[in-house]
Amino acid sequence: MKVELRDIHKHYGAVRANDGVSLTLAPGTIHGILGENGAGKSTLMKVLAGYTARTRGEILVDGETVDGGTPREAARLGIAMLYQEPMDYPQFSVIENFMTGLSRGLSRRETFFRQQLDSLSRRFRFALDPDRSARDLTPGERQQLELLRLIARGIEVLILDEPTTGISGEQQEALFDALRALAAEGKTVVLVSHKLRDAEALCDRVTVLRNGKVTGTVEKPFSQDRILELMFGALPEPAPRRDVSPGEEVLSVEGLRGTGGRAGLEPVSLRFCRRETVALAGLEGSGQELFLRMAGGLVRPAGGVIRLFGREARGGDARLFRKSGVTFLPASRLEEGLVPGLTIGEHVALLEDRGGFFVSRRESLNRSREKIRRFRILGSPETTVENLSGGNQQRLLLSFLSERSQILLLEHPTRGLDVDSARWTWRRLEDARHEGATILFISSDMDEILSAAGRVLVFFNGRVVLDKRRDETDGTAIGEAMVGKAGASAAGGGNGGAAG
Amino acid sequence: MKNLARLGTDFAVTLVGAFGLATAVLLFAGAEPLSAFSALFRGSLGSLLRLGYVMNAWIPLTLCACGLIFTFRIGLWNIGVEGQVMMGAILATWALRCYGEGGSPVLTVAAAFAAGMAGGALWALLAGYLKTKGGVHEIFTGLGLNFVAQAIILWLVFGPWKRAGVASMSGTETFSRDLWLPAVTAMRLSPAGLALVAAALVLTAVLIRYSRAALRLKALGNNERAAPMFGLRPQAYMLLAMAVAGGFAGLAGTIQAAGVYHRLIPAISSNYGYLALLVVMLANYRVAAVPLVAFFFACLNVGSIQLPMVLELDSSLSGVIQGALVLSALAVHGWRSGITKPGRAP
Repeated sequence: MKVELRDIHKHYGAVRANDGVSLTLAPGTIHGILGENGAGKSTLMKVLAGYTARTRGEILVDGETVDGGTPREAARLGIAMLYQEPMDYPQFSVIENFMTGLSRGLSRRETFFRQQLDSLSRRFRFALDPDRSARDLTPGERQQLELLRLIARGIEVLILDEPTTGISGEQQEALFDALRALAAEGKTVVLVSHKLRDAEALCDRVTVLRNGKVTGTVEKPFSQDRILELMFGALPEPAPRRDVSPGEEVLSVEGLRGTGGRAGLEPVSLRFCRRETVALAGLEGSGQELFLRMAGGLVRPAGGVIRLFGREARGGDARLFRKSGVTFLPASRLEEGLVPGLTIGEHVALLEDRGGFFVSRRESLNRSREKIRRFRILGSPETTVENLSGGNQQRLLLSFLSERSQILLLEHPTRGLDVDSARWTWRRLEDARHEGATILFISSDMDEILSAAGRVLVFFNGRVVLDKRRDETDGTAIGEAMVGKAGASAAGGGNGGAAG
Repeated sequence: MKNLARLGTDFAVTLVGAFGLATAVLLFAGAEPLSAFSALFRGSLGSLLRLGYVMNAWIPLTLCACGLIFTFRIGLWNIGVEGQVMMGAILATWALRCYGEGGSPVLTVAAAFAAGMAGGALWALLAGYLKTKGGVHEIFTGLGLNFVAQAIILWLVFGPWKRAGVASMSGTETFSRDLWLPAVTAMRLSPAGLALVAAALVLTAVLIRYSRAALRLKALGNNERAAPMFGLRPQAYMLLAMAVAGGFAGLAGTIQAAGVYHRLIPAISSNYGYLALLVVMLANYRVAAVPLVAFFFACLNVGSIQLPMVLELDSSLSGVIQGALVLSALAVHGWRSGITKPGRAP
C-alpha cells in the first residue's frame, strides 16, 4: 500500500509542530523518520495514525484521498502505530491483552487466539507466556505483545515510535528481524527515531525533519555526515568535560536504607563533595532511584541519616531539601516536573519563592522570555507545557535550576533527547558544576555515564556494589557490576552500616 | 470574535438540550410545557416582590459558588458546602442570641458575621483535615458533615433554642428587630446582602486572576505530583481552599439567618450549597459566568414554587431543568473537546 502525505500542517497554538510536510511511503520498504527532539516526527506519525487531527494537508492511500481523521479509519486502512509507551492493560494477562479488540461476539474463542498468539510468537521468535500478567513483563516484552496484537489485527502500514528505547539488545535484534520480515511481505514499515544507529541498521530510506519541515530524504547506503547535517544544520560539538577539583563535602548519608521499588535499599553510607559529577548506574529498580529520591527529600528513609552541608536533614521533607539548595529533576517530566495546563510564564511565576501576594505578570513575562531565549525553548510565555516537545520540556526543567541549586539530582537527564539536546544539557550541567554544584545522575546510557561522570556508583539488588573514580574503571567493569558479577570487595560504600 | 460565536452556539445548544429534556418530562407527565414555562417565568420575574425572592436565593447561591471556585481550583469536591452554610447560620444565630439589654446591635451583627464565617470555615477545615491527615475523600466527609450539621440544627431548634412553650419546625424565636439587616420592604431584600455579594465576586475574581495563592491552587489541582518541584505543600493549600470556601458558605448562612429568616430554621441552607456546585460547573469554573448562572438557577427555584398551585405540577420541575442544564452543558463540553482533540492520550 502506497501512502502519500501532502503538505501536512499541525499547529498547536503558535507552535508549528508540522509545517508543510510531504512524504511518500512505498510498500515493501522500511522508511526511517529522523530528526532531533521537537522536529515533528511523532506529531507527523500521530497524524498519519489518526491519533491527532491535522490542521491541514492531504493523506492519499494508493492515490486516493482519505479522510484519515480518526484511529478507527486508520485501522480500517491497516495503518497501525506502536507507541513509545505500551498501550496495554497491565492488569490483564498476555492472552487477554492479545484478544482485546480482536475477539468479537459473545464467545471469547480463547483457544483460537492462543493458537494464533503461539504461531505468531514462533514466527517472530518472541518468547511470550500467554498467562503472565502484562504488569510483570519487561518493556521489551510488552512491545512484542503489542506488535503481535497489531499484526493479528491486519496491518499494511506499521509505524514505530522510538521502538528501541528501554529494550534489551536481544529484544532489539528480534524486533529488527520481525520488521524486515514484514517489509519482505510487502508491508510498509515506518521507523521514527533519533538514533542514527537504528536507522543505519534497518532502513532502506530515511527522511529527516527539522523544525517541522522536511530537510531531505536519503537512500541506503547512508552517509552519516549527510544525515547529521540534515538533522542539525551544522554538526554538533562534543560536550567538553572540564576538570575541576572537588571541594568540601556537601551531602553525606550514613546507614541510609529504604523500602520500595524492586529491591529497596540496603543500609548504605556515602559522601559527596562539591563539584563532583556522580553517575548512579544499575539495572532499573536496583535501588539507585530510591537513593536519589531519598537524597532529594521526596521519599522518607526507613532508617539512617542524611546530612546536607554538615547539618542533619529530616528525610522526606522535600521543601526543606529544596530550601537547602537541593534540586531534583525527575525523568517523567510531565508527571512530576511540570504542570499540564499551565503556561511557561505561570511556571516561572510559580518558581518565585519570595514573591508578593500578587503575581507580577510583567515580571514573570520578562523572566520567561529570558529563560526561553537562554535555554532555546521553542515556545512562548503563553505556551502550555503539554504542547512543548519532550526536548523543550527538558530545557524548561533545566531552566528551573537557580543559583541556589547546590546539589542537582537528575533522573535520566537526557533520556528521549536527541544528540544535540543531550550535549546542550550536559554543557549547562557542566557550567553549573563549574560554579560549584554537585551533580548526581541516574543513567542507563553507558556512553553518558562514561563521558559525563567523574565518579561512578553501581547499584545491584539494593546495594552499592561499585564506587570508583571514572578513571579507575571502565565500561566492562561497570557493566559487570550492574548484572551482579562484581566481587563484594569492589564495594566502596559500607554496606553493613548502622541502621537506625 | 470566533470564540464568542462558539460560546454563543454552545450556550444555545445547552439551553435547547435542557429545555428539550424538560419538555419531554412535562409531556410525559401530561402537562402543557408552554404554560409550565410561562408559570416559571411569571413566578420568578412577575413582580418586584418575586424578584426580591429571586435575589434572596441568588445571594447565598453566588456566595457559595464564589467559595467553590477555590476548592475546584485545587481539585477538591467540596460537597460539604451545604453543611458549611448550616454551620455558619448556627454560629451566627448563637452570636445574635447573645444580644441582650444594653448591647450594641451593630457590634452584635458584626460579631454574627464573624462567627458565621468562622463556623463555615471550621466545618470545612474539619473535612479538609480528615482529607489531608486521615486520607478520607472529601465527598464522604462532606456528605457526612452535612448530616451532622443538619442534626445539630434540629437538636437546637427542638431542644436548647426552642421557642418558649413550643418546639416546631418553624424554627427558633425570631431575633430582636434591632438585629435585622435593613431591608427594602417592597422586595423583602437587604441591600447589605447585595453589597456583600458584589464584594465577594470582585474579591474572588481578583484573587483568582492575580494572586499567587490561586496560581498555586491551580498548579496543585492540575498536577499534585509536581508539588516538590515548586516547593509547595499540597495539604496546606487544600486546607486554605477549604477554609476560604467554608468562609463564603458561612457568610451565606449568616445572611440566611440574619437577613432572610431572622431566626434559625431547619431548612436554613435550602440546598443552596448543592445547587452552587451545579452553578460553578455550569459556569465552567469561571467567576464571570457565576452571577448569571446563579441568577438563572434562582429564577427556576423561585418560579417553580408556583407550579403546584397553578398547574398541579410538582415543584421539582426546577430540579429537572437544572439537572438537564448541567447534563447538557457537560455533553456540549465533552463534544467540543471530543472534536478538537480526538483520541487524547489516556
